[in-house]
Amino acid sequence: MKRFISNLTAAALICLVATAVEAADYTLGTLKISTPWSRATPAAAKVAGGFMVIENTGNESDFLIGGSLVRSGRVEIHEMAVVNDIMKMRELPEGLEIKPGATITLKPGGYHVMFMELKEPLAEGDKVEGTLIFKKAGTVKVSYEVRSRGAKGGGHGGHGGKH
Amino acid sequence: MKLRSILAGVAIATLVIAAIAGGTLLVTRTFMPKGGFASLVGGPFVMTAHDGRRLTDKDLAGKPFAIFFGFTQCPDVCPTTMLEVANMMERLGADADRMRFLFVTVDPERDTPDLLRDYLSSFDKRIVGLYGSKEETERIVKAYRVFYERVPTKESYTINHTATMFVMDHRGRLAKTLAFGEDEGSRLAKLRDVIALSRQSGG
Repeated sequence: MKRFISNLTAAALICLVATAVEAADYTLGTLKISTPWSRATPAAAKVAGGFMVIENTGNESDFLIGGSLVRSGRVEIHEMAVVNDIMKMRELPEGLEIKPGATITLKPGGYHVMFMELKEPLAEGDKVEGTLIFKKAGTVKVSYEVRSRGAKGGGHGGHGGKH
Repeated sequence: MKLRSILAGVAIATLVIAAIAGGTLLVTRTFMPKGGFASLVGGPFVMTAHDGRRLTDKDLAGKPFAIFFGFTQCPDVCPTTMLEVANMMERLGADADRMRFLFVTVDPERDTPDLLRDYLSSFDKRIVGLYGSKEETERIVKAYRVFYERVPTKESYTINHTATMFVMDHRGRLAKTLAFGEDEGSRLAKLRDVIALSRQSGG
C-alpha cells in the first residue's frame, strides 16, 4: 500500500512537471509563447493555420509580423471572423499587436498564422519546426504540434478532437 | 350630427384599411415569387463535377442536396465544414445516399476539378466538387444568392465568402440552411427532415 501511494505521488509529480514544462514553452524577451499547434490538412490543401497563446509581460506593445514553417513557402498573419454568415479573412498588414500585459490566443475562427504554399501535408502527431518574427523582440524558433483536423484548441495535450 | 360624423369617420377608416389591404395584396401578387420566397435561392446552373462530367441543376432533380461554396485555400471554415459534412454522412448511415453533398469552388483560378477531387476525397468521396468557368461560377453564385469577394494579401489573395450551407429539397427548392458553427444535432435533424420529406413524396 505504501509503495502504491508513493508510486501515485510520483505519478502525480510527473504529471505536474509535464504540465509545467508544457506551459513554459518559449520565451523571447518579455514574450511568452505557449503550445504552438496546427491542424492536420486535407489532401491537396495548400494552406494551414498556426495557433498558440502569446503573452506580453513587458511594458510596451510588440507585433507578431511573420514567421516561417519548414513545410510552407511563406507565412502571413491573418484575422478571421464569421460576420452575418460570411467568412471574412484579412491579412494584418501591421502584424498582430500584443499589448503590454495582454494575452492573445490565436485559434480557429480568429487570429492565426497562415501557412501558405504548403509543400507537404500536415499529419496528426507531426511536430513541425518553424519560427515566429516579432517587430521588437525578434525571431524565435518554435515547434508546432499537429492535432486532428477538427481540433478546436484550448488546454494542453492536444486532444482537441471534436467527438 | 355627432352620429353622422362618427359614421363618416368609420367609413373613411374602412376605406383606408381596404386600400392598404388591396395594395398589399397587389404588391404581394406582383413581387412575391411563384412558389414563395424559398424559390429565391437556387436555380439553373451548368458546372463541371470533379470527375470531369458536366453537371446541371436538372441532374440533381428528385433528391435533396446540400450545397456549400468555398475554396481549397481556405484554412478554417471550408475544411471544418467539409469535416462536419463527412461526420454527418457517417451518422446518417444509409440515409446519406438519399441526398447529395456539393462543394462549389469560388476560386476557379486556383482550384481545378482534380484538386477538388483530391481535397474532398480526404473527407468523403461522395462529396461532389463543382468547378466552373468565371461565368459559370458567377451564375451559380447568383442563383444561390451567395456572397464572395477577393481580398488581396501581400503576395496573393484570399476570399471572403458565405459560410452558410443550403439544403435544397428534392424539387430543388430551399428547405433549410445550416449555419457555420451550428450544433451537429440541429444540423442532422434538418437533414433528416428533408430526407423524410423527399421519401414521403416518393423521392
